[in-house]
Amino acid sequence: MLEHDIVVIGGGPAGMAAAVAAYDAGCTDVVILEREANLGGILMQCIHNGFGLHKLGSELTGPEYAEAYAQMVTQRNIQVYTETMVTGITPEKIITAQNCGGILKLRAKAIVLSMGCRERSRGALNICGTRPAGIYSAGTAQKLMNCMGYQVGKKVVILGSGDIGLIMARRMSMEGAKVEAVCEVMPYSGGLTRNIVQCLEDFGIPLYLGTTVVRIHGQKRLEGVTIAQVDGSRNPIPGTERFIPCDTLLLSVGLIPENELTRMAGIAIDPATNGARVDENCQTGIPGIFACGNVLQVHDLVDYVSEEAEHAGEAAARFVRRQLREAFSRSTAAGFGVRYVVPQHITTDEEDVSLFLRVTEPFGKVKFVIADDERILAECKRLKAAPGEMEKLTLKAEQLKNVQGPITVSLEVLE
Amino acid sequence: MKRNMTCIICPKGCLLMAEICDDAVSVTGNSCPKGREYAISECLHPMRTVTTVVRVVNRTDTMVSVKTARPVPKEKMVQVVAALRSMRVKAPVAVGDVLCENICGSAIVVTKTVL
Amino acid sequence: MEFDVIIIGAGVTGGMLARELSRYQLSVCLLEKENDIAMGASRANSGIIHGGYDPIPGTMKAKMNSRGVELLFEAAAQLHVPHERNGSMVCAFSAEEESTLEELYEQGLENGTPGMQLLSGDEARVLEPYLSEKVTKVLRITNAGIISPYELTVAAVGNAMDNGVQLLCNFEVKGISKKDNHFTVTAKTGERVRGRFLVNCAGGYSDKIAALAGDCDFEIIPRAGEYMLLDKSEGLRARHTLFQCPGIEGKGILVAPTVHGNLLVGPNAVRVETPASTETTSEGLSLVKRLSAKTVPSVDYRQVITSFTGVRASVKGGDFILRLSEKVPGLLHAAAIDSPGLTCCVAIAKHLTVLLEQAGLALAEKEKWNGIREDPCTFRTLSDDEKDAYIKADPAYGRIVCRCEGVSEGEILNAIRMNPGARDVDGVKRRTRSGMGRCQGGFCGPYIMQLLSRELGIPMEQITKSGEGSPMLTGRME
Repeated sequence: MLEHDIVVIGGGPAGMAAAVAAYDAGCTDVVILEREANLGGILMQCIHNGFGLHKLGSELTGPEYAEAYAQMVTQRNIQVYTETMVTGITPEKIITAQNCGGILKLRAKAIVLSMGCRERSRGALNICGTRPAGIYSAGTAQKLMNCMGYQVGKKVVILGSGDIGLIMARRMSMEGAKVEAVCEVMPYSGGLTRNIVQCLEDFGIPLYLGTTVVRIHGQKRLEGVTIAQVDGSRNPIPGTERFIPCDTLLLSVGLIPENELTRMAGIAIDPATNGARVDENCQTGIPGIFACGNVLQVHDLVDYVSEEAEHAGEAAARFVRRQLREAFSRSTAAGFGVRYVVPQHITTDEEDVSLFLRVTEPFGKVKFVIADDERILAECKRLKAAPGEMEKLTLKAEQLKNVQGPITVSLEVLE
Repeated sequence: MKRNMTCIICPKGCLLMAEICDDAVSVTGNSCPKGREYAISECLHPMRTVTTVVRVVNRTDTMVSVKTARPVPKEKMVQVVAALRSMRVKAPVAVGDVLCENICGSAIVVTKTVL
Repeated sequence: MEFDVIIIGAGVTGGMLARELSRYQLSVCLLEKENDIAMGASRANSGIIHGGYDPIPGTMKAKMNSRGVELLFEAAAQLHVPHERNGSMVCAFSAEEESTLEELYEQGLENGTPGMQLLSGDEARVLEPYLSEKVTKVLRITNAGIISPYELTVAAVGNAMDNGVQLLCNFEVKGISKKDNHFTVTAKTGERVRGRFLVNCAGGYSDKIAALAGDCDFEIIPRAGEYMLLDKSEGLRARHTLFQCPGIEGKGILVAPTVHGNLLVGPNAVRVETPASTETTSEGLSLVKRLSAKTVPSVDYRQVITSFTGVRASVKGGDFILRLSEKVPGLLHAAAIDSPGLTCCVAIAKHLTVLLEQAGLALAEKEKWNGIREDPCTFRTLSDDEKDAYIKADPAYGRIVCRCEGVSEGEILNAIRMNPGARDVDGVKRRTRSGMGRCQGGFCGPYIMQLLSRELGIPMEQITKSGEGSPMLTGRME
């Protein structure tokens, strides 16, 4: 059994930032367990730029952003196990992992969970028809093209306007494929505006909102898809079906935090985020186990992943030093127009607390209202709010004094 | 001529209105000076940073990612990718290595370290 | 090439027959039109070992079923195929259905079905906590079970090959002729094999094969059944295989655990054009959803990880066709093997062997026959200490390729190297479960393609999902 102060599971942007922050907070016995051969996680296949503006002050590509953090890890002599897959964790913080050397057992004083997320697959969508080759999740196609150097198709339809799908629409167009359409079942896009502009508009790719793929055709390789418009309850409208010949269907229909290990340890999961329920220190229901990055909640921007992870890493270091104290416990809740709020509980009234949330649908000018059972604690206005963009609100320490009951965040539409 | 566009400088995505008279562009809707610059640039000479990959000859199924060191004219994006398609590199390469000095007015820089 | 016996069709019937014949001093050839085996009904069915109460007494199905259950459990153990004797329940929701249960019970007694019990709804709910409150009575069959049908077929064919049977894939039969007591079977590619005996195990295409051989007096009626497979988080909704009473909407939709811990619901029954009609339909899947919710109302259909359609090869009259041709000596039909064909596969293989002997095939046992086949995926079943030893002996076991199902590179290499070796992505998936989990191959797909490419010595662009015409990639970026 190996003993370490902090074990970080996953060496993507969250894991690296958490490890670095924990180290810098004075806890130098930190190890990272990473399943791939290199640090960096999914960033390594995101070759497009637009990363790091907020956090590192320059516009970087995914691999450059990862490299910047990997260097920080290396400079600190943080021990990294690559090609090492964690297969189990216990509430007692014993970790089982395996790599080519054998089975590893580690006992940690604190664990940081940073396993990231996976893409929703075709099965979860229940699209009817055949099961031919040529149906990929957007990220798999991205890996095959950007890391391994293979073309996945020539005539493409993309289902879902999530950012990876949009990025892949551009990528495949630049490599000579014809992207026939991007279909989005919702009446609005789930991707960042800049990606709609740079990835679709620049290449003249149509985006069909309120439209989905209802049937898959082709026995061996995909031969086409039938798309149809949907009604308000997302059911296809008869008579609107249209066949599009294509050899490839890319799915970009949502990301799901990979919380199998979290569940294995018996940590409570929030059904709205599919991530662990945490407090403002990213601490889960098991003291000493922290979660950050896309395994906690799916983020839009890696910069915010790093920020959240640094917070978790520092907190883990404080936990190891027994300096993480809990003054009280108040839960948070999502009110009107708000899909979820992270953290799910707050344990301090001595420090400012950031609340992260997503709205349920696109709104124009809104006011977020943070209130307890008796009064309004804080308010904050936005010119617009969309489900595709995570909101961050701050509660000041003084606003947290004498809070009664759960803290609810809701929104009021201003126009 | 009037043009509406979404600013892509930052994730905020401000809706910009640009009015073009001869070579002068007036911009509204921006919430920062960069937004104004962006709108003017989009109207007069739109530029894009191009990112793509280049095959590493001495590694199996391995590509190295690269980018233009600075934005190139938007209409030349596909030309840049095409020019790099036939290029080959030999590992090791590191972030920041310059692959070639000038393609469509920009150097091509490696963005991933391949040992 | 010259053989004693040619078997057409490497499904569970043909595969199990090949294994049975491999006990004897015979040269046997197994022909399969697809790139892999178990590509028809054997790949997509309920995976049920039926207790035996269901077939009409006196039919071939009844005989094979009563004999087949224990034979299959025995073979499954020898072949290390995942299986479980979890028992089944037929549920009644009304007084009328209760009397159906009693009839089935009587029928079961006549068929010699062991382990039958009639339980009240409440008694059943003690055993099945998620069972609908509306279930008033059940017929429980403790002897029934579940098995992975494609893994069984792979193991049977693999074991047959280990004992000398030759498998020819991508051999789509286009012509059968007989001269001088020898059959010549010609493939679409022009390839030929010759043999003294010919067994038609062609599943959905067995009427076509019979016609090519010059003796066809039956017509296969392909009937599609749609299924949904749910994540392991729903696996505990059923412990037994839960049937509804046979009714107008088919033999009844089942809700069942799988041997791998998932939950399976389905099938409906729809007449389709061809055995290749394996599309899923929104009507079919919503029917399956609606009917299965009657048995277990709490199933969370958001946890569906995939849906699929299997096509059963039925005939009018409904019984198995297991007989020697009167018109063409040496030709043996094993056709119309629909439910409970999987349960009966070993019994059918033994019965066919007897028929071949009657037709003049000399059966002399081999001195050495090994009926044991190791599981390519033993690794995942081991304790941590055992795993450690495995990895130290072969580091490939240390690399987890499919993280959802926890499949190591070593297991994938076994699936490619062991008989019958996987040749495409679906083949690896059926043998190892990699890509069958919640990400459905999103993460592991590219690695599996690389492993296939490396092991088979073919470029990545030639890797297929399931044989010719199904390339995973459209080219290399140059």
